[in-house]
This record gives sequence, C-alpha cells and structure tokens, in this order.
Amino acid sequence: MTEILIQLAYLFAAFLFITALRALGRPDSARRGMQLAAFGMAVAIIATLFQARIVSYEWIAIGAAVGAVAGYPLGMWVPMTAMPQRIALSHAFGALAATLVGIGEYVIGFSGGTLVRSTVAALGLEVLFGGVTVTGSLMAFGKLQGILPGRPLTFRGQNAINALLFAACCGCVVWLIAFPTQPVVFSAMATLAVLLGVLFVLPIGGADMPVVVSLLNSYAGLAAVATGFAIDNNILIIVGALDGLSGLILSIAMSKAMNRSFANVLFGAFGATVTDAPAATVAGGEMSATTVEDAALRLAYAERVIMVPGYGLAVSQAQHQMRELGDLIEKRGGDVRYAIHPVAGRMPGHMNVLLAEAGVPYDKLIDMDEINDRFGETDVAIVVGANDVVNPAARTNPASPIFGMPILKVEDAKSVLVLKRGKGKGFSGVENDLFVDRKTSMLFGDARQSLLDLGLQVKEA
Amino acid sequence: MSSMTIIQLFVFMLAGFVGVQTINRIPPLLHTPLMAATNAISGISLVASLVLAGSGDGVLATILGAIAVGCAMANIVGGFLITDRMLSMFKRTQSAAADNSKDGASSAATP
Repeated sequence: MTEILIQLAYLFAAFLFITALRALGRPDSARRGMQLAAFGMAVAIIATLFQARIVSYEWIAIGAAVGAVAGYPLGMWVPMTAMPQRIALSHAFGALAATLVGIGEYVIGFSGGTLVRSTVAALGLEVLFGGVTVTGSLMAFGKLQGILPGRPLTFRGQNAINALLFAACCGCVVWLIAFPTQPVVFSAMATLAVLLGVLFVLPIGGADMPVVVSLLNSYAGLAAVATGFAIDNNILIIVGALDGLSGLILSIAMSKAMNRSFANVLFGAFGATVTDAPAATVAGGEMSATTVEDAALRLAYAERVIMVPGYGLAVSQAQHQMRELGDLIEKRGGDVRYAIHPVAGRMPGHMNVLLAEAGVPYDKLIDMDEINDRFGETDVAIVVGANDVVNPAARTNPASPIFGMPILKVEDAKSVLVLKRGKGKGFSGVENDLFVDRKTSMLFGDARQSLLDLGLQVKEA
Repeated sequence: MSSMTIIQLFVFMLAGFVGVQTINRIPPLLHTPLMAATNAISGISLVASLVLAGSGDGVLATILGAIAVGCAMANIVGGFLITDRMLSMFKRTQSAAADNSKDGASSAATP
C-alpha cells in the first residue's frame, strides 16, 4: 500500500515538473511554474522517506543538512555573470550523485549476489555518463572561473586517445553485461570515464563553453535516466529524459549559432578549428573614429535605436550603463530595443539574464530572428563589445572562416556606432567589414566609460 | 529483458517526446533559467540517493549514499533558489511604464 502511495506521489511530482517546463515557455508564468515544481520536489522527497528499503535516517539527515547548507550560497550569493560556471558546477554535483549511487548499488548487488544483466547494464551506463560529466563539468567550471587556462589545451593524437578511451569504456560496459560480477572491470570503467571527462573538455576553448555546458547538461540527464532503469524508478527516467533532451536541444541551437556542425560537437573535436582557417580577404578601408559629443547628438535625435550587446559588455560590467543610456534615449522620445544574438553570453540565454538584472524589461530584449527585419528602419545601431556576431562577412564572403554563421544584420541600419576597446580583431581573429563601412563610426575606449559619457551628453543635448 | 524494462522504455520514449515538444516552445530569452531549472529538477536523483544512504547495506554504500544525498540536496536547494532569483528579474515594461508615464508626461510638457 505504501509503495503505491509513493508511486502516486512520484506521478504527481512528474506532472508538476512537466507543468513547470511548460510554464517556462512564457516569462510571466515561469516563476509560478517553478514554485509548483519545488512543491512537487518536496512531495517526492517526503514520499521517498517512507520507502521500505530505508531503515535508518542518520546519514540521510547528515547528507541533507550539509547539502542544504552548501546549496543556499549556490542559490543566493552567486552573481549573474558567474552563471555559466555555477551551472557547470551543479552539473558536476548532479552527476556525482548519480555516479555514487551507481557505484553504491553495484556494491550492494555484488555483496548480496543479486546482480542481473539488465541492472548492471543500466548501472554501467549510469557510472559512464556520470563519471564523464563529473570531471568534464569540473574542467568547464575551472575554465569559466579562470582557475584553468581558458585557451584550448591540445596535444598530438588527442582525438585518437579520446576515441580509444571511449571505446574502452563501452567495451567495459559490454563486458559487464556478459559477466556482471566483475568489480575490477566496473571500477576500471569508472576510472576511464572520469579520465575521459578531463580529456574531453581540455581541448575546448573558453568561448566554446556554451556548447559544452549544454552538452554536459544532456549527459547528466542521461545518467539520471540510467539510474531510473537501474533502480526501477519512473520519475528518474522522466526527469532524466527531459533534462537530457533540454541539454541536447540547447547544444544543437548553440552549435548552429556558433557555425559548427552538430557532429563536430558530438565528437568533441571542436576548439581550434576556426583559427586555423586562412585569413579572409577583406575590402580594405579605414575605420572612422568619432567623438562622444557627435555620437551623443545623433543618439539624442534618433527615433529608432537598437543596442547590440556582446560578451565584451559583460566583461566590462557595463549592463547598467547600457540600460541607463537606453532609458535616456527613450525619455527623449526614441524607441530602444536590445538585439540578442544566441551566443552573446557564455551560455544559452546568458545576455538576457544580465540585461534583465540591469533592469531592461524583457519585451525589449529581442531574439536575432525577430530583430533582423527591424535593422532596416533603425536610425542608429549601437554595437558594444560584439564583433563576430555582427560581421557581414558571415553572409557575403564564402572565404571567411565564419561564413554561414547566423549574424545580426547590423549593417542594414541607417547608421552604426561601434563601441570598441581598441582596433584589434575579434575572438576568431577575423577582420570585420562592418567596422570600415562608410556608415559606421567607431568610438574607441572602455565600453563602460563610453556608455557613461554618452549618457551624460545625451542628457545635455 | 523483463516486462518492467519494456514499460520503462515506453516511459522513456514518451517522456522524450514530451520533452522535445515542451522545450522547443521555450524562447531563447529563458534558456539560462531553463538550464538552472532542469538542474534543480534533476535533483530528483535525491530519491535514489536517499534509498542508498538509508538502506543500511554496509558502510561503503551508506557513505556513498550520504555524499550523494548532499550533492543532490545542494542542487535542489541552490537550483530552485537561483531559478527563482533569475525569473524574478524578468519584468515587463508595464510596471516600468507606470512610473515612466509620469516622467514622460512632465518631460513631454517641458520641451
């Protein structure tokens, strides 16, 4: 009877989780939906405590208390700019939980002599996905946090070694399905998986992290699915499937936005490929610099303005200054929108969160596909700290390494103002035709200071 | 392969379809909250950790279980808190428009 009630509680929780994900489809219902999901989580946890297999609660209480104490700062104190590494770290936590459960269940099954093939297959996959995700996420965390060098670390034969490791892991799983009671093979597989996680993220550069973090999200979900199969728990299968697909969908979206094929992503063979391409030939020309006064005057009398924030904006922490400038232009009667490229931040949707935190209303944050039609009727487009995502060569120059990458059509605007630190090239080292276009004026200097100065001048204009 | 496993495969497949349908409807605007949310929800692996930590099947299993409980719990608490914090920042223009309209009215009158 208790068992049926527990399963019904899981069913209810699964319903609330899916409802919450549906509510995330709209910003005004999202928050309420997630509160329902939290309630569902509480129901599922309380129901589990009545499970017949649980005989003592001391270690549960200790673990839960430590986890809750650790979770609070992870939820409340982490700044929004640190969101990518925060998410990477929690992938590591989630995967570690799954891996340890996999190992623990194998140990119990081995000592009790109850190991059957299907369970071992599931446990093997659980530890395989879990192990890769734990160290992979920790590496991603290290790179995003700046503990590890962000540049790709490569050595010869790297892909061959990774492929070999992966094959060895799969071989161990097959071996375990054939001969379930071999703890040596099981621990060898766990070790190889952990090693694979390190080597898989090592060659990937910091700017490619949106894809990696999304992909690791997917792996963590698959580890949860495997747990569900191993201990016959449907809610883990459901949640794991949702998690896994969410990560997969996001990483496909990210790889498209970064101009990489998904196969490229799946095999982890990305990183330094772009920079190796021959430098694109560019129509020559000089950048024309402008002054704060001139630029501000144009902004003050512009009717339609689009702000184009790139990662450089987040680096110089200038989101608030951008919003203030936008407010000032709006006060003078101009219409201001914010154009968000999918890879403007360091993870999917990151730039939206940063601007929302700065107080930009979300209906002014417009996705690339939607805003690209609006540039034609825009008086001034302000590009701040973005380079490759506004490079017209991606559409016009087949020789360019970034050819084919979806970009914001900033060059369609009547005039363009580019805020840039110096005359250097972007992350991919590609020349940018936009900067030498005749309707483009460059305002050199620190983005934060430039935005601040522009704001002051617009106010006086 | 037992009939239980077959049913689980059905559950997995159907959940997958629900996932694709649901997640494709989420706008890029909310992709970061989506990742935080799936993280929080995937803390449901706590239910597996709880069973392992409380089953009393030897010291090793108990300790592994307790660590797993800690990790999953940290994800649940931290994940739901941070998702809520993020979502609370997403505001429509309306509330801003309410106080802007006062400014707007006065500034429209002055020039």
